[in-house]
Amino acid sequence: MHSLFSVAVQTAPATGAFQSGAWLLVAVPLASAAILLLAGRRADRWGHWLGVAASSFSFLLGLGVMLSLTSLPAAERVRDLHLFSWLSAGTLTVDAGFRLDPLSLTFVLLVTFVGSLIHVYSVAYMEHDRDRRRFFAYLNLFVAAMLLLVLADSYLLLFFGWEGVGLASYLLIGFWNHQTPNAVAAKKAFIANRIGDLGMLIAIMLMFATFGGVDFATVHGHVAGTAPGTLTAIGLMLLLAATGKSAQFPLQSWLGDAMAGPTPVSALIHAATMVTAGVYLVVRSAPLFDAAPTARLVVVIVGAITLVFGAVVGSAKDDLKKALAASTMSQIGYMILAAGLGPIGYAFAIFHLVTHGFFKAGMFLGAGSVMHGMDDQVDMRGFGALSKYMKITWITFGLGWLAILGVPPFAGFWSKDKIIESAFVPVAGSPWQAWVFGTVALLGAGLTSFYMSRLFFMTFHGTRRWDDGSGTPPALAAGTTVDLNHQHPHESPRLMTVPMIILAIGSVTIGWLLSLGSGIVGWLEPVTGRVAHEADPVLPVPVLMTVTLVLVALGILLAWRQYAAVLVPVVPPRGSVLTRAARKDLYQDDVNDALLVEPGTYLTRSLVFGDHQVVDGGATGLARLTVGAGSLLRRVQNGYVRSYAATMLIGLIVLVGAVLAARI
Amino acid sequence: MSLTNYLVLASILFTIGATTVLLRRNAIIVFMGIELMLNATNLVLVTFSRMHGNLTGQVMAFFVMVVAAAEVVIGLAIIVSIFRTRRSASVDDVNLLKS
Repeated sequence: MHSLFSVAVQTAPATGAFQSGAWLLVAVPLASAAILLLAGRRADRWGHWLGVAASSFSFLLGLGVMLSLTSLPAAERVRDLHLFSWLSAGTLTVDAGFRLDPLSLTFVLLVTFVGSLIHVYSVAYMEHDRDRRRFFAYLNLFVAAMLLLVLADSYLLLFFGWEGVGLASYLLIGFWNHQTPNAVAAKKAFIANRIGDLGMLIAIMLMFATFGGVDFATVHGHVAGTAPGTLTAIGLMLLLAATGKSAQFPLQSWLGDAMAGPTPVSALIHAATMVTAGVYLVVRSAPLFDAAPTARLVVVIVGAITLVFGAVVGSAKDDLKKALAASTMSQIGYMILAAGLGPIGYAFAIFHLVTHGFFKAGMFLGAGSVMHGMDDQVDMRGFGALSKYMKITWITFGLGWLAILGVPPFAGFWSKDKIIESAFVPVAGSPWQAWVFGTVALLGAGLTSFYMSRLFFMTFHGTRRWDDGSGTPPALAAGTTVDLNHQHPHESPRLMTVPMIILAIGSVTIGWLLSLGSGIVGWLEPVTGRVAHEADPVLPVPVLMTVTLVLVALGILLAWRQYAAVLVPVVPPRGSVLTRAARKDLYQDDVNDALLVEPGTYLTRSLVFGDHQVVDGGATGLARLTVGAGSLLRRVQNGYVRSYAATMLIGLIVLVGAVLAARI
Repeated sequence: MSLTNYLVLASILFTIGATTVLLRRNAIIVFMGIELMLNATNLVLVTFSRMHGNLTGQVMAFFVMVVAAAEVVIGLAIIVSIFRTRRSASVDDVNLLKS
């Protein structure tokens, strides 16, 4: 058991110009989004630069806030910025405020730095799109919502940002919504996220019922002394929210389809930032999860399943972006696994999140650059030998590839190896956990190496599998009869390559930079707590490192033998049972259809039938009854004065008779 | 002579008036029937006034007479007007509102 003693951290009110101005972090991108949406076509000429400026401003301000925090001693680095009294209903009062601490600032810098680079990239990538201004408005909306999510000081405000990023994600996946599949993909993402959001709502309600408040200070301060069952329930509901937003098992099916959005969106939202919100939520709720070991175990299991799931799917996909999406899923599985390990894992989860943000965003931008040069084609079987034509894309993508593989000294090595080591640390009471989860994490590293190398080799190496117009047919695998795509691959403009180069430099150095001194682990200590004595893994660290590297090398070799050394068929071969299943996302959509969509459809249909028969039948039946009674009564109104007089007389006689009868 | 006889007479007159209103088609005759009924009522009022020894009934009878006079004026005017437009004084022909 780890003896955990938290650093004596006290929250203090925000001081200084940077900290008290932190609300501008959210306000500026939000205002920019509003301007871009409201100004209409007038803003078409300068709108994208306003978007870039708003995002860059947030980055610079975030940098200022972080510097003002680093100048303080570690124990004083958690600051509360009270903004205004948000809502007050009965015993529930919620203040809108920001929590400025190392964790939120790490996210702010990641989101705004990668975000600003992707804004710049999009200026060129979306140049020929007539709705570029709207695109930048949505991007800014996303940045604002994401910053609100990570800066919020209560679960309710966090939920507000949580929904905001969901909305931005929906708008951006369906950005080209004139094509039906894109609109469907957007709806799928939104609905899958709704299920997770339900978990979040229930968690917030449980918190209010249990602790009487929903701000971090109240909730985390009252954890001690609360029934473990309640804490487990809250933890599981928070995990459900995290699985929705972070595309974890069993709510992962939306991420692959989300690639329907423009590639910069995939890079920013569906790789680097938004999908990591689930990891943020788990780490932010660390005091809750620390007190609920059962919930934490489920977190680890979900992470482990997704990590293998994503890797298997990624190994079979031929769509460049979908393979990267599967890889994202798998890498976030690593982060969730690390976050579920508890105090020894929190910091490493965030560490891997940051490095992943760099190299995955870089690779997605590289994929966008390839699509830019290859006429928006995404089928990797139609690529090959692109390294000659796109030198910068090839090198930057290659650096990202080495980083995700975990080859030293690239970024992924520093963070992923730490997660694997943490997974092997034995947990008191259940020795099987270390072996199972450690092995899964280790296996995942090998699989990652295979599918990323496959992707890299199929795209940039091997023989060319497209028609360059020179008349010389490329060498193709035996039996190929299809017509090849006519392509003129070319390097992308500088506005696109410069962000890729910066992210590639990050992919190389960020892991090493964040490990200097006490590194990011020490920086996050005020939030994640400090592990006094790190227990040793069940296997010695050098052995683990060697095994990991051997597995990575094996993955590269296997991929090279299958996808670079031989001619890759343009038409995908039938493949084994597992390959065919992985191409279809391991039948996740079919399972969802059978379990949820079909019963839902039948339920709706029976409700419609019931509505027609019972409700409508009742309403129209009543109407028919009234009409019938009316036409019967109409006969009485014959228009003859004498019959009316007779009626009156009879009525009178009846009345008098009644009165007399009552008297006598 | 018992006051009851007056009431019996009033009942007979009222019945004749009511029967006239219900059975005759000519508007003038119907009108006369109405007048007969009103006068039967007057007779009852006066009789009861006598019976109870106060003047309330007689005052009421005067009111009825005044109202009947006004009603005759308006009613006859309507009948004349209908006769001029439709060339008929039959009450059964006046059913424009129904069709």
